[in-house]
Amino acid sequence: MKKHLLTITSNTEIARNIFEMKLTGPGTATMTVPGQFLHVSVGNNTSKLLRRPLSICDVDLEREEVTLLYRAQGEGTKQLSQKHTGETVDVLGPLGNGFSTESSEDRKKALLIGGGIGVPPLYYLGKKLKDKGIQVTFILGFQSLEASFYIEQFQEIGETIVTTVDGSLGLKGFVTDAMDQPISDEPLIYSVGPAVMLKAVEQKAQGLNGFISLEERMGCGVGACFACVCPTETRQSGYVKICSDGPVFKMGEVVL
Amino acid sequence: MSRLRVSLPGLDMKNPILPASGCFGFGKEYAKWYDLSLLGGITIKAATLEGRFGNPTPRVAETESGMLNAIGLQNPGVKGIIENELPWLEPYNIPILANIAGSTEEEYIEVTKHISASPLVSAVELNISCPNVKEGGIQFGTHYKSAADLTRKVKGVSEKPVYVKLSPNVSNITEMAEAVEDAGADGLSMINTLVGMKLDWRTGQPILANKTGGLSGPAIKPVAIRMIYEVSQKVSLPIIGMGGVSTAEDVLEMMSAGASAVAVGTANFVNPFICPEIIEKLPELLDEIGVEQISEMTGRSFNQWKTPLSSR
Repeated sequence: MKKHLLTITSNTEIARNIFEMKLTGPGTATMTVPGQFLHVSVGNNTSKLLRRPLSICDVDLEREEVTLLYRAQGEGTKQLSQKHTGETVDVLGPLGNGFSTESSEDRKKALLIGGGIGVPPLYYLGKKLKDKGIQVTFILGFQSLEASFYIEQFQEIGETIVTTVDGSLGLKGFVTDAMDQPISDEPLIYSVGPAVMLKAVEQKAQGLNGFISLEERMGCGVGACFACVCPTETRQSGYVKICSDGPVFKMGEVVL
Repeated sequence: MSRLRVSLPGLDMKNPILPASGCFGFGKEYAKWYDLSLLGGITIKAATLEGRFGNPTPRVAETESGMLNAIGLQNPGVKGIIENELPWLEPYNIPILANIAGSTEEEYIEVTKHISASPLVSAVELNISCPNVKEGGIQFGTHYKSAADLTRKVKGVSEKPVYVKLSPNVSNITEMAEAVEDAGADGLSMINTLVGMKLDWRTGQPILANKTGGLSGPAIKPVAIRMIYEVSQKVSLPIIGMGGVSTAEDVLEMMSAGASAVAVGTANFVNPFICPEIIEKLPELLDEIGVEQISEMTGRSFNQWKTPLSSR
């Protein structure tokens, strides 16, 4: 595990309060697994101490460039959004266990379901799955048209169904509303978003196998502080640490 | 290296730096980042008699220059710690300070008996100041008679020196320190976190599922300095200082206030390499002020110095 000082090559608002930050540096060479995250230091002073766990959205190994998408919601991420090209960002990582794309080799199809700021890691994952010859379909849920992002980029990888809560883009409703049509050919499910969404996805996808990635406020990001635990009935300890055991788990492995 | 050596009851440390309890797990995670044998010692996460799951999430919230936590003493229980966690630390050959907690006096006593009997444990840190559990913890640390009673009982069964970790959430921490000194404590750890709270202004709801949590980080350092300064002049016990320490300068400030060793907590989350980085920088700072042995720094704020250090 490493600490890297990466240089910002761009940091732009691509949807309402959603920023795309591209960072370059030699450390990007290790960022090859989708679903892993970087623990990002947002400020240059001691006012905002804690790092923010931001999942890897894309990596260009040749250009040594990693892309992070984040929502500037609180003061810390707002400070991050004000950083300029050429400034450096201190990151730890890649951290956590990402999505296994190996286990999906015997599958022909994958259904990737993301909500809000859970959408970004599905981009890197979708690209990796497509590279393995898997037919990828996305269901992406947003609040509204103006909060939506990366639709065209996802469409380049595979069929992309969009839902919005207010109906301003795609289907009106939640990602699970787009799962109402019968799911054919038993695709492997990959889902990222808030726990309430993941729970609904697990219910809709009953009988199918797949993986989910959890979001939680984190402290250390490396498994030492026990801030981001989640109950499970599948381990003797009764819990998993989201940062170091996850953030990716098999569907049904944790109690949502 | 010997200029950084400090010696406290049960803790012969090659430098005064150790991670604070709860901020370093049982060491495994940070061993992936650096060689733990660089540390002066290690304080392991609180042990209770049975395993505990802790509080619901969210368990942390950031605040200005600090953070709130309400983990709730999650741990695998004292037997699990002795069997699975301690042996793993043995090769690093550094003193282990074992933090112990409980809901009742009996639980503290049982945990102390078990863990202090381990040859790998150098000393025990009696946690009577955790603000995040409903029973035990802070209730023993805010009334000096119950703190003294518990200290006496734990001391009676402990095979190792006992450090009492004091809460800042009291009206008079000096009285508390004097009470546990009289009860036989071998040292003090101070300070634990300050009870705080953060609300989401949009919803009006607390960020932490536990509603309140313990405030740590640089925001509380001035409180820690003041309390160590006052207590160290009233008691003769060595003090492991802690509370917002993030730099080598902070370490020397805290030792000047009266600490003999210094624990680093929240700063580990900001920078996993913070402890070895601080240790590496200390000699340079000592050179700057012309101090040979770091142990000379303890109580510098109120001690009479034969030669004024700052004039060199």
